Amino acid sequence: MKEMVVISGKGGTGKTSLVASFADLAGRCVVADADVDAADLHLVLNPTVVQQEDFSGGSRARVIAEDCTACGKCAEICRFEAIIAEDSVNGQADRTYRVDPIACEGCGVCAYFCPAEAIDFSPVVNGQLFVSETRCGPMVHAKLGIAEENSGKLVSLVRQRAKAIAQEQGLDLVLIDGSPGIGCPVIASITGADQVLVVTEPTLSGLHDLQRVADLTTHFDIEMYVCINKWDLNEGLASEIEEQTHRRGGHVAGRVRYDRAVTEAQVHAQTITERECGAANDIRRLWARLRDVGDFDSIRV
Amino acid sequence: MTKIAVASGKGGTGKTTVAANLAYVASRNGQTVAYLDCDVEEPNGHIFLKPEIKHSEPVGILVPHVSEADCNLCGKCGEICQYSAIVCVGKKVLVYPELCHACGGCRMVCPTGAITEVRRDMGLVGTGWADSIRFVHGCLTVGEAMSPPVIKAVKAAAPKVDLLITDAPPGTSCPVIESIRECDFVLLVTEPTPFGLNDLKLAVEMVRVLELPFAVVLNRADVGDRGVHEYCAAERIKLLAEIPDDRRIAEAYSRGEMICEALPEYRSVFKELLRDLTS
Repeated sequence: MKEMVVISGKGGTGKTSLVASFADLAGRCVVADADVDAADLHLVLNPTVVQQEDFSGGSRARVIAEDCTACGKCAEICRFEAIIAEDSVNGQADRTYRVDPIACEGCGVCAYFCPAEAIDFSPVVNGQLFVSETRCGPMVHAKLGIAEENSGKLVSLVRQRAKAIAQEQGLDLVLIDGSPGIGCPVIASITGADQVLVVTEPTLSGLHDLQRVADLTTHFDIEMYVCINKWDLNEGLASEIEEQTHRRGGHVAGRVRYDRAVTEAQVHAQTITERECGAANDIRRLWARLRDVGDFDSIRV
Repeated sequence: MTKIAVASGKGGTGKTTVAANLAYVASRNGQTVAYLDCDVEEPNGHIFLKPEIKHSEPVGILVPHVSEADCNLCGKCGEICQYSAIVCVGKKVLVYPELCHACGGCRMVCPTGAITEVRRDMGLVGTGWADSIRFVHGCLTVGEAMSPPVIKAVKAAAPKVDLLITDAPPGTSCPVIESIRECDFVLLVTEPTPFGLNDLKLAVEMVRVLELPFAVVLNRADVGDRGVHEYCAAERIKLLAEIPDDRRIAEAYSRGEMICEALPEYRSVFKELLRDLTS
């Protein structure tokens, strides 16, 4: 079984549209949406949720007002400025303390050292995990709560679940839609994966962000394939990106042309390859190449 | 000082384009302006504003260092750590600095004083000028997972100006929150597609949780469908500007050019947006 992760560095280069098309071309495989704080793959693959569970990525502190002696120890030791002191209003109460849930990093230091044991520190639900069925096979996806942390943990859970399903059902490929950037969710989505496809675009921003993603895949020693989406927007830069890919020991997987049919497909909740268009042909060629190098046994096109 | 953040749920919708061009028109309008690039995982503002970086400084957090001679292997450090960054295994205490959030709990709980804190660098903050625009950006070291400390350092380096424009990273989780939470107003940039609408809804939920006033800018306004327009109308969200899907804009962007310079006919879009934001 192979895990192929699609990432981009720069956002909005077409990761999700490509992953949906690959899922369509692959026949049955497990699809995982690891972009847990702005997931979009479900808008194309239209999953029917068969299983749903809460995700807890950590704990959060909460001051129990009636037990608080207002000693101020918590505010003194919190490194995240997450303890807010409120002075008495109209002399009705003494100074009170509360936790700003947005600033709280969930370290628990305040609760541990509170002399009055007035801080509750318990696990919080900060997302949901879904296992679904789609027209292209099983799908694992998630939704991180708004303003929540620990997206990396949720990404790892999504991958774990997707792999387990692939094993149970004897499917040889797990296709993972990653998130933009190079930080915690991206690292969680690529560590230990077999193959990373970077989708970029022929812009200076795309080139700059690709360089950082290439450093990341080198850092984690994962083979990198690069595909240039909307390559005809700037042909010179497209060639430059391909040269740099080679120089860094990566592989050029293919080019996809700029095609308004891509947006049309999205509007109709279709994969690009479910519509007849130039970009669809480019994606078929790209997939054939990735399939050859990836050696996904069960794949039929 | 007015602090405006430019954010979006979805990546690649045009945050940097809007933020950089807003800074451009404001700086030519007699205001003192600063541009903060808080997308420290993939900073791109410098490609368009082409600043001269005068000063660059490493950003670090404090992580534990255990003196084996003083450690009695009680394991309290591993118990208090919520991030598995320090663990006591058999006769050894292992530290995983890349998992450490620098809460200081292990040092405080250590009964023998065996833990001290040492600085670990995880990125850089650069400051300089792009013509008359004060420029600050951060850059997370490749391989590092946590961007909020670098974002905090970018914000701390912000100069005092009339208008502070923050270019936020995409998404709705901790790096975005860290970037926008002290702003006065948030501009959410999106595009009129199902993905753009879905991620806009998430971004709207986010700014509502933070209780920040906000409005929407629609990029590539004439592609896709009417979903974003209908949603904004139903939710009474102001649509402050629309940027058309002009191939010349995409081409200028690909070369790292500012729209206001490459295609002066679009200056009025950003001037009007600025006027709406600051009036």
